[in-house]
Amino acid sequence: MSRFLLVVLLLGSIASAIGVVYARHRHRLLFVELSRLEKARDELNIEFGRLQLEQATVAESNRIDQIARLRLGMKFPEGADVVVVRP
Amino acid sequence: MKNRGNNSTPRSRNRARFNLRGRVWLIVCALGLCSVSLIGRAAYVQLVNRDFYQREGNERFVRNIEIPTSRGMITDRNGEPVAVSSPVESIWCDPQELLKYSDRLPELANALGEPLDALTSRITQRAEKEFYYLKRRISPDEAKKITALAIPGVNSKREFRRFYPQGEAMAHVLGFTNIDDRGQEGVELAFDEWLRGKPGAKKVIRDRRGRIVENIDLVRQAQPGQDLTLSIDRRIQYLAFRELRNALTAHEATAGSAVVLDVATGEVLAMVNLPTFNPNSTSLGKPDAHRNRAVTDLFEPGSTAKPLTVAAGLEAGVITPASTFNTSPGWMPNGKYRTTDTHNYGVLDTTGVIRKSSNVGAAKIAQLLANGQFYDFFRKMGYGQSTRSGFPGEASGLFPAPAQWSGTSKQTMSYGYGIAVTPLQVAHAYATLANGGRAIQPTFVKGERNEPKQVLDPVIAGEVMKMMQTVTEAGGTATQAAILGYHVAGKTGTSRKASGGGYSRKYLSFFAGVVPVDNPRFAMAVVVNEPSQGSYYGGLVAGPVFHNVMEGALRLMDVPPDDIETWIAAQEKNEAKHIKTLPMPNAVAIPAGLSGALRAALPEDLH
Repeated sequence: MSRFLLVVLLLGSIASAIGVVYARHRHRLLFVELSRLEKARDELNIEFGRLQLEQATVAESNRIDQIARLRLGMKFPEGADVVVVRP
Repeated sequence: MKNRGNNSTPRSRNRARFNLRGRVWLIVCALGLCSVSLIGRAAYVQLVNRDFYQREGNERFVRNIEIPTSRGMITDRNGEPVAVSSPVESIWCDPQELLKYSDRLPELANALGEPLDALTSRITQRAEKEFYYLKRRISPDEAKKITALAIPGVNSKREFRRFYPQGEAMAHVLGFTNIDDRGQEGVELAFDEWLRGKPGAKKVIRDRRGRIVENIDLVRQAQPGQDLTLSIDRRIQYLAFRELRNALTAHEATAGSAVVLDVATGEVLAMVNLPTFNPNSTSLGKPDAHRNRAVTDLFEPGSTAKPLTVAAGLEAGVITPASTFNTSPGWMPNGKYRTTDTHNYGVLDTTGVIRKSSNVGAAKIAQLLANGQFYDFFRKMGYGQSTRSGFPGEASGLFPAPAQWSGTSKQTMSYGYGIAVTPLQVAHAYATLANGGRAIQPTFVKGERNEPKQVLDPVIAGEVMKMMQTVTEAGGTATQAAILGYHVAGKTGTSRKASGGGYSRKYLSFFAGVVPVDNPRFAMAVVVNEPSQGSYYGGLVAGPVFHNVMEGALRLMDVPPDDIETWIAAQEKNEAKHIKTLPMPNAVAIPAGLSGALRAALPEDLH
């Protein structure tokens, strides 16, 4: 009886040891995956910031003003061009 | 074992045996002592001083590395980015490693664009160090070219640099950051902690070359920098910048400021100063271009203080809107000085004092007020104390207490000399008048609602607004500030600049106004410093700036006109001249391959 108990405990001990190894390994793999995804997220955020910067530079008021006036010949509607609609 | 040579008796044999055992015991004891001391040492290392040795062991290869965070973005009230951090690379080297491969230094010098001997001397000067920056903050493409050379000991590190797409137009409000990405001036400084975030930390194992072999654990989560939404409207800001620059060029003035406040919420919609600088350039530019004059520079408000004097008189009950003041002969004595008007306006009522901007009239009103009443009123309108808008370096202005007044002080203060204010304080005071006497602390953050404080009776505030409305109508001093279709209330000011104990021939022109009068939305103060070409009167120099900026702002913010009759009348007058018709739009070509649903959604005549 006691020998049987001994064998069972031994096997249990070995199983839990393997379990520890497995858990540690999984932790390491998941941590690597997490770091990779975080890095990808940071890269995308930075790319987003860069694109926003590019958009803001291109849409800068002075530049649009110059293009509208000089290249496209646009102007403000004068008072006479405005139609007043009243309810 | 035969002890043949041993002549000893049994007793001497015993002694010999005892000696042998003694020696054995001696050796046993010596060995035992050694092993005890070894075990003791092992126990000491393992049990007693365990942490110390474990730490020492870890220090050979385990490191806590900082997880950097990027700085938050600053946007205007409509979400348009006005300050963005973009990644740049910094090239660093390990001089100990690099000097081992000194045959590759010419290649490196070529890539960096530096003369070889300068580079070599720089590196050899730091030969014992392990880290040294070669070139900081270059664009990622340039850095890629250098790292592609694969010179051992040379690596690149990512850093962030701030870029400001709006450039000069918003330079003073935003400020800038230094090389370590810390805010130095302006909003970048005021909200530095919010924008910066907190870097995190993680434990890693590094090899001898500094490469990360394994990530062990996360020590502290990084808190990224948070974005900031300003109350500034980029479009109104640009408009104010353009118009102020035009006015400065036309009148050859040295400097100018303009502030636009939202009356109902106290938010700063635009704040512009000239001269200005480009925050994107690394060089500093002219030193006096960096001050945000709208909150730091003081000037004597001159005639823009007159509506406040009138309001003080109305509140104290010493005058009514129907009171009259005899301002002839156009001057009155003030101690050993004189208070003079530009013309002799004769008898003026209260509205006339503001419309004609009569110094004598204002002085007579101030004489009816007690010193304490006058001082308290101006103080509660915000003069003489900090506006607390949160901007770093904000000036409180100068408004001496009655105890420090001389006999002539109150009279000169009534028309705005002898006190010093910032353009923001003037705009704030006028916004208070427009807001039914409720003073709201100005703020640069969108959505920040400060508690309004009732400092003035709304009826009196309304009366003063009506009086100020006459300034932009015919007969007033600022007809150029009038906007077609809207009622504008405001006050011009033209003051001489004080210099060297007296007053010089240089002027300050300003105009402060509120529009529309019936449901005020914007309060604006414009200051132009030393206009030297053409006229210098406030109504002629600063008035047009107000007109142009406010016209655009009213249109941008969809503010309905409150004086549509005038507009229609003006249109009808111009109708006869307006003979050209608007051109018909050309037929719009519909691109082929348009989906059926989209085609069905287009208006009939475009199919």
